[in-house]
Amino acid sequence: MLKIENLKAEINGKAILKGLNIEVKAGEVHAIMGPNGAGKSTLANVIAGKEEYEVTGGSIELNNEDISELAPEERAHNGVFLSFQYPVEIPGVSVTNFIKTAINETRKAKGLEDMPAKDMLKMIREKSELLEIDRKFLSRSLNEGFSGGEKKRNEIFQMAMLEPKLAILDETDSGLDIDALRIVANGVNKLKSKDNAVIVITHYQRLLDYIVPDFVHVLHDGKIVKTGDASLALELEAKGYDWIKQELV
Amino acid sequence: MELQDKLLSSYIAFEDNVDVNSDVHEIRSKAFQNFEKVGFPSKKLEAWKYTSLNSVLKQDYSLFPDEVEAIELADVKKYFIHEIDTYKVIFINGKYSSFLSQTTHDQYDVCLMSSALTSQKYKPVIEKYFNKIAKQDNLTSLNTAFATEGAYINIPKNTEVKKPIQIINFTTGAQTATMVQPRNLVVVGENAHVQIIERHQSLTDNAVLTNSVTEIFADTAATVDYYKIQDDKVTASLVDNTYAEQQSKSVVSVHTFSFGGNITRNNLNFFQKGEYIDSILKGITISEGKQHIDHHTLVHHITPNCESHQDYKGIYNDRSTAVFNGKVIVEKEAQKTNAYQQNNNVLLSDRATVNAKPQLEIFADDVKCSHGCTIGQLDEDALFYMQQRGIPKKEGKALLMFAFANTVLESVKIPEVKQRITKIIAEKLGVKIGFDL
Repeated sequence: MLKIENLKAEINGKAILKGLNIEVKAGEVHAIMGPNGAGKSTLANVIAGKEEYEVTGGSIELNNEDISELAPEERAHNGVFLSFQYPVEIPGVSVTNFIKTAINETRKAKGLEDMPAKDMLKMIREKSELLEIDRKFLSRSLNEGFSGGEKKRNEIFQMAMLEPKLAILDETDSGLDIDALRIVANGVNKLKSKDNAVIVITHYQRLLDYIVPDFVHVLHDGKIVKTGDASLALELEAKGYDWIKQELV
Repeated sequence: MELQDKLLSSYIAFEDNVDVNSDVHEIRSKAFQNFEKVGFPSKKLEAWKYTSLNSVLKQDYSLFPDEVEAIELADVKKYFIHEIDTYKVIFINGKYSSFLSQTTHDQYDVCLMSSALTSQKYKPVIEKYFNKIAKQDNLTSLNTAFATEGAYINIPKNTEVKKPIQIINFTTGAQTATMVQPRNLVVVGENAHVQIIERHQSLTDNAVLTNSVTEIFADTAATVDYYKIQDDKVTASLVDNTYAEQQSKSVVSVHTFSFGGNITRNNLNFFQKGEYIDSILKGITISEGKQHIDHHTLVHHITPNCESHQDYKGIYNDRSTAVFNGKVIVEKEAQKTNAYQQNNNVLLSDRATVNAKPQLEIFADDVKCSHGCTIGQLDEDALFYMQQRGIPKKEGKALLMFAFANTVLESVKIPEVKQRITKIIAEKLGVKIGFDL
C-alpha cells in the first residue's frame, strides 16, 4: 500500500525527516510514536502533500505509484486521508455541504457523476450514526466553535464518508475524553478492512488500547529507530523514550 | 476643455430644453452655482483622500447624447433579472427607452422622473421630496444641476408592490465617451413595501462616467430592499450617491455588489428620523486588474431606539485598490442605539490595497456600537485542509470566498438576484456555479 524509502524533508531550510523508511501493507495498522519534535506530524503532512514542506530526497509510493510530486487533492483522490491534529475552522460552510463537495470533487476527478442526493443522504445518515453524531451538528459551520472532541469525531466522520485507502490519524486522541476516544476508536475499527490501512500517530499508548496496531514504530530525530509489535507501545508508556535514545548512542 | 469648464459652459444650452421658470429649476440653478464654486472633488478633501477621479475627468465626454440608439432586447437580456416578472425603468444614454421598459400608474407610480418633474400631477410629491436629503456637495450638486431624468417611484401607503422594479441605465456611445447623470426618487408610503434592483451597464468600449443620485424616503413601517449590481465594463466609472431617510419602524436595506467597472465610488447615506428604525447596509466587493472600488457609508442616528447593520466584505486581486469608510454618528438624543459595523477584507495579491476606516462619532451614553474591521489573506491552512479532502485549490479558494461573502448573500431576499450574484462571483473566481454552503 504505502512504501516510503529514505525520505528526507525540510521546512524553511530546517531538516526534519532524515532518511525515513516505512512500509505499510493493506489490512495493517501501524502506530508511529515518538517524543515531541521527532517529526511525526511532519511525516503526516509530507505524505498528504503540504506545500510548506520540501521533500529533498527519497520516495513515497502509494500502490506502486510515486505520489511525492502530486498536489494534495490528487493524493486525496488516490485514497490518502489525513485526520488533522488541529482541524481547521471554516466559517460559513456546513459539515454536510463540505463533505458533499469533497466527495463530488473526488468523483469528478475519477470521471464520475455527482453522487445522487438520495445516496449521499443515506450515507451521511449511516456514517453519522456510526460515530454517534447528532444530526444538528451536521448543519453547523465546519469545525467552528466545535469542542476538541467534536472536531476529532468530525474528522473520523469525514474519513468514513471518503472511504480512503490509507488513513493517517495525527494525534487523534489529543483533546478527547475517554468516551469520545472510545467512539472515535470504535469508528476507526469499524472502517478497517483488508483493503485499507491505518497509520496512527500518537504520543500515548492510550489510543492503542482501542485501536490495536500490528506494528509500532518509534520516530526519533527524523528516522524510524525502532519497530516492534503492540507490546513496544506498552514498554514506551512504562519507560518513556530516553532508553531508546540511549540505545542509539 | 476641462470637463468642469465644459459642464459649466453647457448649462446655457441645457436651460434651452427645460422650464427655467419652474421651482425645480430654481433648485437646479442653486446646485449649479454650488458646483461652480466647489468643482470636482480632489484628493485634498478628506472624503476623497484615497480616490482620485483625475484619470476619469480627463476624458472628452459627450454630455447630452442626442441619439437614442436602438438596442435589441436579445443583446441586453443578460443584464436583466429576466427569470422573474418585474417592472422595468430603462434608459439608454440617459434617455428613456419605452421599448425596453414596463412602467405602471395603476396602484402606484413606477415611471419617469422627467414627467414627475414637469407634470402638475406630481408637483406635491416633488415639492415635498425632491432634493430634500441629497447633500449640497460637489458631485450631488452636479447631478442636481442637470437633473432631468431617472426613475420615479411612488408607492402609496399599505401597498405591496407586486413585483420587483429594475432600473437599468445603458450607455452605448459608439463614437465618443459618454457622461450620464441619472436622478432617481423613491417615495414609499406608510406600511408599503418595494424591492428595487439597479444596474448601470455600458455597451461600448468608450469611456463612460455615470454620476447618479438616488433619494429614498421610507415612511412609517415601510420596507425598502434595494439591490445595486455593479458589474460594468472596465472602461466605465461610476459615482453613486444614494440617500435614504427613514421614519419610525421602517426597514431600508441597500445591498451593493461591486464587481466590475473602472473607478466605482459609492456614497451611501442613511438618516434616521423616527424610532425603532432598522438601516441595513451590506456589500460584496471583488476587484481585479487596476480597478478601484470605494464605499463611503454614513448612518446618522438622530433619534432613539434604532438599529443599523453594516456588513461589507471585500476580496481584492492583482493591483486593484479599495476603500471602506464607514461613518456612524450617534446624536445625543439617540439613546439605546444599536449600531453594528463589520468590514472584512481579503487581499489575494501582494499588490492589492485596501484602505479601511471605521469612523464612529458617539454623543449618546446609552448605546451599543460595535465595529470589526479585518484585513487578511486567504487562510492557507484552510486551503490545505480542503485539498486534503479532495477539493482542488481553485475550488477550495472559491469555496472559502463564498463562505466569506455569504453573510451578505444570505440576506438577499429575491432568490433570482441571489442566484445572479452567485453566478457572477463564480465567473469571477473561474469556477462552476453553485456551492451549497
